[in-house]
Amino acid sequence: MDASTTLAPSAGRNLHRFANPGRFLRLSGRVLPYVATLSLGFTLAGFIWGLFYAPADWQQGDAVRIMYVHVPAAWLASFGYLSLAVCSVLSVEIGPVGAGFTALCLATGSLWGKPMWGAWWVWDARLTSVLVLFFLYLGHIALVRAFDDPQRGYRAGAILALIGVVNLPIIKFSVDWWNTLHQPATIKFTGAPSMYVGMLWPLLLCALGFSFGFSAIVIARLRAAVMERRIRGLLMARAQEADAP
Amino acid sequence: MTHLPYIVASYGLTVLVGAAYAIDAWLRMSRARRRLAAIDPRTHP
Repeated sequence: MDASTTLAPSAGRNLHRFANPGRFLRLSGRVLPYVATLSLGFTLAGFIWGLFYAPADWQQGDAVRIMYVHVPAAWLASFGYLSLAVCSVLSVEIGPVGAGFTALCLATGSLWGKPMWGAWWVWDARLTSVLVLFFLYLGHIALVRAFDDPQRGYRAGAILALIGVVNLPIIKFSVDWWNTLHQPATIKFTGAPSMYVGMLWPLLLCALGFSFGFSAIVIARLRAAVMERRIRGLLMARAQEADAP
Repeated sequence: MTHLPYIVASYGLTVLVGAAYAIDAWLRMSRARRRLAAIDPRTHP
């Protein structure tokens, strides 16, 4: 029996129908306003709760409020890189956004570290591994744009993304494997969070808001990229028509 | 509120980065939409 006949005919169609640029533009155009609104709503609610209603920490004082922007940025820095490795097609647009969130994570971490540790930066395992993640993002951004043929750039970027994924478990477990200044995880998949619920809720709201924001920015950039590609295609077709004898 | 300058800087930076990416994406999208409409008036993304 021919291998092609063993596949359900609808499987391929279902998988690839969203790769159609026209369908993507229509669908994303409908989804984008909702995603952006959810992002603004959740982030604003998280900021207000975190800044004005969540309690101060008994040790850190009000500096603990930096956590509500630092932790979601850190989660999205890792998640962004993971999606970079999984969806290489989207990686050109995800990379710069992920790099921005990683830089934000590093900067807000420094702004928390100065009053708490007395230093803007320490060569701690967690901090250093996140800095390596930032450099991996920069390397990926440079690599996918380094070739005249975009396909070669995508392929080289995909290889770097796959190799760089090894850094993600290092970031996650660095606080367990080494003695670090950075505190261990307070929210775990395997157990109840060791955080006061009045602090947990604004953190989760901010994480949701940031995730929707990340998605909205990537969707908007993808829409622009699809349209730019269509423009290039149309211009090339016209140029070829003009050159034809 | 203790450590106010650090908190203000953190939230300010977050808003700045988020707004910068959002504005850049929106500008890029509307520029591409305008160019596409000028080149091929049949398309309405």
